[in-house]
Amino acid sequence: MTNILVNAPKTARPGEIVEIKALIMHPMETGFRPGTNGRIIPRDIIEHFVATWNGTEIFRMEMSPAIATNPFVSFFAVATESGTIGLRWTGDKGFLAEEQVAITVG
Amino acid sequence: MRSPLDRRTFVVGAALVSVLPFASAHATPEAMAAAIKEVVGEGMLREGRVKLDLPPLVENGNVVPLTVSVESPMTAADHVKAIHVFNEKNPQPHVFSARLGSRNGKAVIGTRIKLADSQKIIAIAETSSGAFWSASADVIVTLAACIEDVT
Repeated sequence: MTNILVNAPKTARPGEIVEIKALIMHPMETGFRPGTNGRIIPRDIIEHFVATWNGTEIFRMEMSPAIATNPFVSFFAVATESGTIGLRWTGDKGFLAEEQVAITVG
Repeated sequence: MRSPLDRRTFVVGAALVSVLPFASAHATPEAMAAAIKEVVGEGMLREGRVKLDLPPLVENGNVVPLTVSVESPMTAADHVKAIHVFNEKNPQPHVFSARLGSRNGKAVIGTRIKLADSQKIIAIAETSSGAFWSASADVIVTLAACIEDVT
């Protein structure tokens, strides 16, 4: 199970610029650290984060191992119309997590 | 019987072999410049318009809050297309690249990063007109990230 925390306003006025904050539980293992047995722990990171507004992509981030454990991202979006904000994380080892939040504009 | 020269060569060689893996396991200012070149290409990189916020003194390099804000009207005709962040001394120079557009309203993004050492961080904004603006910040890290597994 993946733990995701999203903070976005539930309502907004048309044209208002709203902040969206997203936090996901993930080890973001860099692939540069030796483990207790002395061997390098294989890389396991989230590579892409994509945000959509009613299906239209509004923001995207390509991450490197330098992003901290449990990646946090905050960004802004213009509230155009009511609907859902979709957030999607993909990464190593076939990692895929999705979350949706509803927003009412009016 | 070995000659003294052979022994000296061996010692120097052994020293190099033991040092080289560490030298190559970290990004360098040159590696950062090369990574930046890949983004900017032949374009001109100018300082300004970008604000890079992160604490000047970091106690824990595992979690360093960072905010990049760019002055831009963020309209369809004139907006920030991408924001890239690079570092000098982590194992890799690239930190993240964010793609944005007029739908964002504000060219402000925040995240948390790892820093392996005290170093310089640079943020680059690419505008829709193809211009590149940048800001850099020096950070002192007391506890470095990605040294060993703590579990």
